[in-house]
Amino acid sequence: MSDAVLAGKTGPVAIPLRDILPWLVLGGVLALLALYFVGVEQGAAALFPGELVHETVHDGRHLLGFPCH
Amino acid sequence: MSPLSRLSGRVGGLLARGLIAGLVAGLLAAAFAAVVGEPSIERAIAYESAAEEASGQAREPELVSRAVQSREGLLAAGVLYGAAIGGLFGLAFALAYGRLGRLGPVATTAVLAGAGFLAIAFVPALKYPANPPAVGDPATIGIRTGLYFTFILVSVCALAVATAASRPLRRSLGSAAGSLAALGLFTALIATAWLALPAAEAPSAEFPSDLIATFRLASLGTRAVLWTALGIGFALALPRQDI
Repeated sequence: MSDAVLAGKTGPVAIPLRDILPWLVLGGVLALLALYFVGVEQGAAALFPGELVHETVHDGRHLLGFPCH
Repeated sequence: MSPLSRLSGRVGGLLARGLIAGLVAGLLAAAFAAVVGEPSIERAIAYESAAEEASGQAREPELVSRAVQSREGLLAAGVLYGAAIGGLFGLAFALAYGRLGRLGPVATTAVLAGAGFLAIAFVPALKYPANPPAVGDPATIGIRTGLYFTFILVSVCALAVATAASRPLRRSLGSAAGSLAALGLFTALIATAWLALPAAEAPSAEFPSDLIATFRLASLGTRAVLWTALGIGFALALPRQDI
């Protein structure tokens, strides 16, 4: 039976958690890494020395609500 | 195609849709921020420069010019932030779809976008509001960042708990009273964390307060544009057939 038939009879069918989990780990790690570089790097913590990342995203960091200097 | 690869492709497709919708939403949010937020940032930096000059401090050299920071830099931050939030949104949709009562795909998207703005932007901004440059004390950046992320986490968890509790609450109290009880639970959890965590650092009394108010509104507006555009973009990008 296809999902469309199921959806028609019983409402929306949830995606099994075991199908979501690998994507959640992969996407979650990449998303948090991106958020870290926009919001934190060379501020509260630093993976790279210097100010290049901080200055590049500076205005966005302030306007997106992250704490800054 | 095997049933398994079709299923996992489904989640990957939602993640990709979220990424793209978020990227576009980040672009629009950056455009809004450039027009509405940049004047406050420039004013704050002018204030900071004047204060440094008055105290005889040497101005720190810029690696990235202010012109680049306020255009390309802002755009890069907006797009990266938007894509990251959008990817997480696609995954949250995969988790929420079919698990929020009988809500269809578009209604699930709308509820998630509203919930995301509320829990990730609005509620944390009430406790630890955004500040323009020159307000934060560089010595406390670590503790301020920790508290801000803690409050976002608390706010997201409180909303998840209240949502999970709303079904049994509505079953036992009825639809309206049960929904109100779930809202009350969310508010109570936020209030508890609010009282448990230290207050935000007050800006120095000399810093113009109207500048802080204008900046905070621009910051919240930037995030409102992002979540609205993300919700609309994701709904438009939803697959036409079954999810």
